[in-house]
Amino acid sequence: MARIRDLAVICRSKNANPFSLTLDVVFPDKETFEKVRLSGVICKDLISRLYSVAESDVLLVEFPPANAFKATIPRLHGSGAVEDSDVYGAQQHGPLMDVEIPD
Amino acid sequence: MSDQELRIVAPTAIVGYGFQESSLERVLQKDPHLIACDGGSTDPGPNYLGMGKAFVGRDAAKRDLSLMLQAAVDRQIPMLVGTSGGAGGDAHLQWTREIVEEIARENNLHFKMALIHAEQSKEYVSKKLADGRVEPIWPLGPLDPKAVDRSTNIVGMAGVEPYIEALGGGAQVILCGRSDDAAIFAALPIKEEFDPALGWVAGKLLECGAACAVPRQKFGSEGITVTIREDHILVEPNHPGLTCTPLSVSTFFLHENETPLYHTEPSGVLDLTKLDCQAVDERTVKITGAQFHPTEKYTIRLEGVELVGYRCICVSYTRDPVLVQTIDSYLDTVRALVVKRVDGMGVPAEDYKLVFRVIGKNAVMGEREPVKEVLTHELGIIMEAVAPTQDLANEILGLARQAGKNLHYEGKLCDEGCITYPYSPSDIPVGPVYEYNMLHAVEPDSPLEMFPIEYVTV
Repeated sequence: MARIRDLAVICRSKNANPFSLTLDVVFPDKETFEKVRLSGVICKDLISRLYSVAESDVLLVEFPPANAFKATIPRLHGSGAVEDSDVYGAQQHGPLMDVEIPD
Repeated sequence: MSDQELRIVAPTAIVGYGFQESSLERVLQKDPHLIACDGGSTDPGPNYLGMGKAFVGRDAAKRDLSLMLQAAVDRQIPMLVGTSGGAGGDAHLQWTREIVEEIARENNLHFKMALIHAEQSKEYVSKKLADGRVEPIWPLGPLDPKAVDRSTNIVGMAGVEPYIEALGGGAQVILCGRSDDAAIFAALPIKEEFDPALGWVAGKLLECGAACAVPRQKFGSEGITVTIREDHILVEPNHPGLTCTPLSVSTFFLHENETPLYHTEPSGVLDLTKLDCQAVDERTVKITGAQFHPTEKYTIRLEGVELVGYRCICVSYTRDPVLVQTIDSYLDTVRALVVKRVDGMGVPAEDYKLVFRVIGKNAVMGEREPVKEVLTHELGIIMEAVAPTQDLANEILGLARQAGKNLHYEGKLCDEGCITYPYSPSDIPVGPVYEYNMLHAVEPDSPLEMFPIEYVTV
C-alpha cells in the first residue's frame, strides 16, 4: 500500500478564486495515473470526507495530459476574511498526502 | 509585423517579482513583437484592493518596469501591463503610472501611453444588479444589493477588447487596471486575427511567467516566450537553465482554476479537452488542440471589498505541558472573561471579533482540520481582535493578552504566566481589515463600457 505522497510529483492546494479552493495531485507517468484512477480512491466521497464538505459541492476532474486529478471545493470563508486561516489556500493539501492507494 | 508568427515575451510572473537581466537580453535577440507582464492577483487577499497598496516593493517594480520599458522603446514594440499595482484599482494604476513616468524622465524615453481604468462605481454595479445583469460565480450566491453599498472598492476584470482599442489608438505602453490575466497577452494575437484559442492559451501560459517550466523557481522568478503560429503555439523558458516539457506545460493548466478543461473568459470559453503538448526539442513544447467557444453573453468578473473593522494582534506561545493539553477550554475561559469586561465598557460581543489561532493544533485548516489530537510540546497562539475602531481593537486585545497570561486553570503550576510573548511591545495594531464581498459576473452593454481609456504622451 503506497500513500499519495509516495506516488505523486505534485500534491498541492491553492485558491481557484477568493471563494474556492482547488487541490491538485499530479503523478509522474501514465502508468501511475492509470493505477490510481483504476483504484477509484480519488473520488468525490474522499474529498467530502477529508474536507468535511458536501459531495455535491465537490468538483472533481481528471486531466490525463498532466496525469492529474483536480478537486475544487468552496472555501469555508473568503480569502482574507477575519475567520479565514489561509489567505492563499496554499496549505490545505496535507490530508491528501497520506491517502493510501492499494497496490 | 510578421503575418506568419507572433512572438510574445513575459519577463516574469508579476511585475516586481524580478528576473535575470540576461534572460531578457537573450530572448530579445529573437525580435519579439510584444513584451508584457501581469501586475497582480487576488492571491494576497482583499486588503490590497481596499488599501490601494501594492504587494511588491516600489523599487522592485521599478527595476522590472525599467528593463521592460527600455526593451520596448529600443525595439519599438508595445509593452503591456495588466492588473497594475497588484489589485488593479485606480490607486494601483496611478502608482504604476508614476513609476513608469519616473523611469521615462530619468532615461529620456518617449512614448504614447494608454491607461485603462478598471475601478467601478457602486452606482454602476447597483444599476446592473437592478437590471438583472449580475450573476454569481460559483460558489457564491446572488449579489446582495447591501454588499454593493458597503463596498469600498470594486474592480472589473478587463478582457482583450480595451487593450485592442488602446493598441489601435496608437499606444505603445498600456497600463491596465484589474485585468483578466490572459487577456494582457491574448489581445495582440486576437487583434492580428490569429486563432483566439491560441491567443488565450498563450495568455494563460504567459501570465504566470516560468511557472510552466522546470525546475520550478530554480533561478527565482523567470519568464517565458511564446510563439503563436497559424495552428499551434510554441513555448520556451527565457532562462537557459530551465526547460518546458509536455508534462510541465500540461500541469500548468491546473494552476489556480476550478478545472483545467474549461476556462471562462469574457467573450467565451477556452476548451482544453483536446489539448496536446509535444516536445519540439529539449526545452520547447508545441501546443495544439485548444478550442475557443464564443458565448452569447459578454461578461466581466467583478471583485469587491468592504471594510469590516480594524485589527490588533498578539503573537504568544506556551510550553506548559498542562496548558498544551487543555488549550481549548482555557481559551474559552479567556474569551468569556474578555467578553464580560468589554461588555462592561458598553461594547456588546456582536460589535467585535476575538479570534485565537492555535498553531500546533488547527491554525492552518481551522474547522476542516481532520487531526483532532494535539501531539506537541509547545503551541503558538495568535490572539486577534477586530473592532470598529483601531483603539477599541487595541483595548480588547490588551484585555485578552493579559487574561491569557494570568488566568487560572486546573493543574496550573506556572503562576507567573502560562503564555508568553516574543516581542515587546506584544500588541501589534495592524490597521484596517477588508473582506471580499463580491465575485460576480456583470454583463456590460459593450466590452469597453467599464474600462475608460486615458491617453498620455510621455
